Amino acid sequence: MLAIRELTKTYDTGTAALRNVSITIDEPQVVAIIGPSGAGKSTLIRCINRLVEPTSGSVELNGENLTALGSRDLRRARRHIGMIFQEYNLVERLTVMENILSGRLGYVSFWRAFRRNYPAADVAAAFSLLERVGLEGYENTRADALSGGQRQRVGIARALIQSPDLLLVDEPTASLDPKTSRQVMRILVELAREQKTPTLINIHDVQLAKTFANRIIGMQDGEIVFDGKPGQLTEKVLTDIYGEEDWSTEAAQASGEDAPETAAAS
Amino acid sequence: MIEATWLRHTLLVLGLAYLVWSMSSLEVDWERVSKGLPRAGDIITRMFPPDFSRWELLTRGVTESLEMALAATFAGMILAVPLGLCAARNLVPMPVYLVARGIIVFMRTLHEVIVAIIFVKIFGFGPLAGVLTLIVSSITFIAKMLAEDIENMSPGQVEAIRATGAGFAKMLVYGVTPQILPRYLGVSIYRLDANIRQSTIVGIVGAGGIGQTLSASFSRYDYDFSLAILLVIIALVFIGEFFSSWARGKLR
Amino acid sequence: MSAPGTLKARYPQVWRKYTPGQSAIKWAWYAGVVFVAVWSVRNLDIPWFYFLDAHVQFMDLGRRMLPPDWTYTDVVLNPLLETIHIATLGTIVTFFIAFPVAFLAARNTTPNVAAWLFGKFILVSTRSINTIVWALIFVAIFGPGPVAGIWAIAFRSIGFVAKLIAEAIEEIDHGPVEAIEATGGSRLQVLLMGVLPQVLPVVYGTIVYRWDINIRESTVLGFVGAGGIGIELYSSINQFAWSQVSLMLALIMIVVVVSEFVSATVRNRIT
Ligand SMILES: Nc1ncnc2c1ncn2[C@@H]1O[C@H](COP(=O)(O)OP(=O)(O)O)[C@@H](O)[C@H]1O
Ligand SMILES: [Mg+2]
Repeated sequence: MLAIRELTKTYDTGTAALRNVSITIDEPQVVAIIGPSGAGKSTLIRCINRLVEPTSGSVELNGENLTALGSRDLRRARRHIGMIFQEYNLVERLTVMENILSGRLGYVSFWRAFRRNYPAADVAAAFSLLERVGLEGYENTRADALSGGQRQRVGIARALIQSPDLLLVDEPTASLDPKTSRQVMRILVELAREQKTPTLINIHDVQLAKTFANRIIGMQDGEIVFDGKPGQLTEKVLTDIYGEEDWSTEAAQASGEDAPETAAAS
Repeated sequence: MIEATWLRHTLLVLGLAYLVWSMSSLEVDWERVSKGLPRAGDIITRMFPPDFSRWELLTRGVTESLEMALAATFAGMILAVPLGLCAARNLVPMPVYLVARGIIVFMRTLHEVIVAIIFVKIFGFGPLAGVLTLIVSSITFIAKMLAEDIENMSPGQVEAIRATGAGFAKMLVYGVTPQILPRYLGVSIYRLDANIRQSTIVGIVGAGGIGQTLSASFSRYDYDFSLAILLVIIALVFIGEFFSSWARGKLR
Repeated sequence: MSAPGTLKARYPQVWRKYTPGQSAIKWAWYAGVVFVAVWSVRNLDIPWFYFLDAHVQFMDLGRRMLPPDWTYTDVVLNPLLETIHIATLGTIVTFFIAFPVAFLAARNTTPNVAAWLFGKFILVSTRSINTIVWALIFVAIFGPGPVAGIWAIAFRSIGFVAKLIAEAIEEIDHGPVEAIEATGGSRLQVLLMGVLPQVLPVVYGTIVYRWDINIRESTVLGFVGAGGIGIELYSSINQFAWSQVSLMLALIMIVVVVSEFVSATVRNRIT
């Protein structure tokens, strides 16, 4: 499905944010990427849909080499890749419905998009997603009138209406309180599993990562230092990723909870 | 404010030196200037009472000014969009940006009346030259504000739209427009007010509107009519300012 | 999505951002704006055939303008300096008149209601008459030449500067004022020692800001005979001496850009 090979990114400033990162995902699983801030998690995610141009290496999605695409083909490829952001990045002055439907922009003509005249199936799908993320009746509310948790749920709906082959999620809960964070993660992971969409989630909260992911990748200083099951995330591994600290509570829960929460549910 | 005494003194001396130099270098016909005070008294007495009897001429001038301002604002609003987009650093490649910025800086430094007089030479006397002048300054002004707003918009919203696979045009409609539309309308309404003010003065060099009537009355020493025109202009400017701030208030 | 058929049955398939009423109102606005614009253009009797060869005309004009006639610099240098002098001297005159006017127009320093009304009247009337109209008036009074220009610049600026100073006066901190009143200072002493120091930074900033606007304004005074480079520009335009015109436009641009830069730098230093 997704094959990242020797991906390297050096910013113009000289920062080597990614060094030879290779990841293969060949089943629809939820992969959490953890690591201290500055490790290169956001850069990795943005290099996949090329919001950031990688310096070298390749990204292959369902047999297509994304790094080699011209701008027109890249746009076509992007419509199959959903993205969810830490700051939600909803268009503040548009309604919830317009924000969700904007996920279909890659599929409809300019004129239809301009007139907000989307195909019946798209509109129905938008209403269905609105219900799934628990925002029934909010379609005409402007995005800037929503709370953080509500905004992120709209963000999830916008990404999922793309019918994505891959979901890229950058710190979805970093701006939310703990309870809302769990709710948002649960909705996100449930929907991703239902649609069998492979999902990459950057997250700095080790607890959340272990609760919701099937696989965890640890990054540090632009390199992958861990790749394995949540249960394998021991004190030693966490020290490798984040450095010296008392990790006993985080590691202890890992052994007690082998299967991720929603994997069992679905 | 200026702490050092020596600095203050040097500045003072330099200032005085400048005064002496500039005053002496001006070519002034002091004899003529000395007649100024009695002339002023004479002109003021001849201004009163203001003469509104030629109100048809007045209304025609005012209507023409208003029409010029409205037409120019509308055209300026539309034509400013491409220039404004090209002058936004975060939307276009560097060469395009530099050219667009260059045009804006160039046009902004030239006084409207200079632009008006050049248009008068090309297209002859009348409102066409005036309208074109107002269009040019509206484009420059609106485009400059538009470009600044685009540069200050939140990049995340645009990035999210790009990530869905939208191209440049869809990105403009969904990512950029919603963020800048209210300010753009506000700036355009402000510009209507500015155009009303300017439409009253471009006529002084023959580019139509009430200014042309004013200039003619002055050259005929028709000072009571001049005062009437001036009063009308002041009223017009007031109404324009009032309308503009009312409408911009409504937008919020 | 996975099962479009069932979705269609359960969920609405159309969504409209606006109700029919709202979109009717929206379209009415568009139509109104377009109507006003079209009506205005039609009434202006624009000779459209001029535009048929407008691009040719403009190319031709461009060719005639380029390159600028640099040798003409000798002739226009003095008028250009005169333009700067008019702006500077006009701004200095403004400084001395705007001060008392501002104290009259500020609610907390005006002696009485009549004085306040008078101050407000000066503020509004000088501001709503454009520099070039003032120039027209002062040329009638003082005859053609820079003196008329200086007064035109000064009069237009008084309202602008005094308004900003008056606003600053109305917002001052009352502590120092009361302290001087408490020591039994006269009215003038209160103004000079309590109020003035507090508003001086605003005054300087406003004056410098207005000065660079005035540089730009003074370039056109010559069109009505009020001195400066406008006189030369007008005569070159009338003779269709386009390479001289372009030279003057270039010089004007340089002066305006430099003065904007100077003004911005000075304002940054004082605030
Ligand atoms: N646009 C950029 N230009 C230059 N350096 C950047 C840019 N974005 C990120 N970086 C640097 O790259 C490194 C990785 O950043 P990032 O991918 O944001 O890490 P994370 O998401 O793990 O916190 C950091 O050192 C960061 O300072
Ligand atoms: Mg990050």
